[in-house]
Amino acid sequence: MHELGVVFYIIRDVKAVAEENHVQKVHSVTLEIGEVSTVIPHLLEDCWNWAVKREPIMDAAKLKVEQIDAVTYCEDCKGTYPTVQYGKICPLCGSEHTYLLKGNEVSIKEIEAT
Amino acid sequence: MDEVKIIEIKKSVFADNDADAAKLREELKRKGVFLLNLMSSPGSGKTTTLIKTINLLKDKLRVAVMEADIDSDVDAKKILAATGVQSIQLHTGGMCHLDAEMTRQGLDGLALDDVDLCILENVGNLVCPAEFDTGATKNCMILSVPEGDDKPLKYPLMFSVCDLVLINKIDVAKYFDFDIERCKGYIRMRNPRAEVIEISALTGEGVDKFAAWLIDQVRKQREEK
Repeated sequence: MHELGVVFYIIRDVKAVAEENHVQKVHSVTLEIGEVSTVIPHLLEDCWNWAVKREPIMDAAKLKVEQIDAVTYCEDCKGTYPTVQYGKICPLCGSEHTYLLKGNEVSIKEIEAT
Repeated sequence: MDEVKIIEIKKSVFADNDADAAKLREELKRKGVFLLNLMSSPGSGKTTTLIKTINLLKDKLRVAVMEADIDSDVDAKKILAATGVQSIQLHTGGMCHLDAEMTRQGLDGLALDDVDLCILENVGNLVCPAEFDTGATKNCMILSVPEGDDKPLKYPLMFSVCDLVLINKIDVAKYFDFDIERCKGYIRMRNPRAEVIEISALTGEGVDKFAAWLIDQVRKQREEK
């Protein structure tokens, strides 16, 4: 829902890194996005394509997305299971005492630049 | 052509906002300003609740209000006319939420030396504002009866970040299929630490409890210094 806001954060971070590393042009930005991060990759890409055109240092930069599967941990049976399929209740023992191990990331992994 | 190099970043997109928010929270604490981030759906009664609450509080605390909306300044004008307290309007420029930097810009527009309690009325939305830490001392949300008692199940993150949930419009509960105890149960499932206060901003019922909660929170923040 707030993909545009996320894109503005990414652009700000990438511009800072580009300046620190004295690069002339950013060609691509690779993100790691968790399955349950609430960020929808294709909407992010639409916002990206609109926003980067306004940034000379990265006006043709491609967005690459690597998805991270969501995994939940059960405190009672110590098992792990896929979050999207089963939600908050552990399919192994029926417990509600569970928490997300990974899958809510929105991170910048790396950039390609010259 | 220059050789393409790969620069590893490995950083959460939200890391800067979280750091900004933590810094802002610390600065506000030093200044003795308590910032409440108030969130809800559109139409849940945020502005009416604020007017009633501020009129109960303004002899005891120095209150200021920041109204965040995508556009217009109707809420800030309404608050000023009905309470007389400092009130400014923030425009998010189309964004669905406020972040710590926007909150800081808003605070810069207030005379903070004369403020004990600042209330930030966030954009009406149960999804995005929950994702972005504004730097507020505490988070509060209003759930109104017509929205339904199952909202904590549908918007779990919002309920899990709140310190206080106000259930508003309880004067009309009998006309809706809204079970207050069931709703409280759902809130506890998502966030066992959240406090719940039932209010009707229209009749004023329970608003005194919310006012007392705020006075208590302001005092606690001062004592932590």
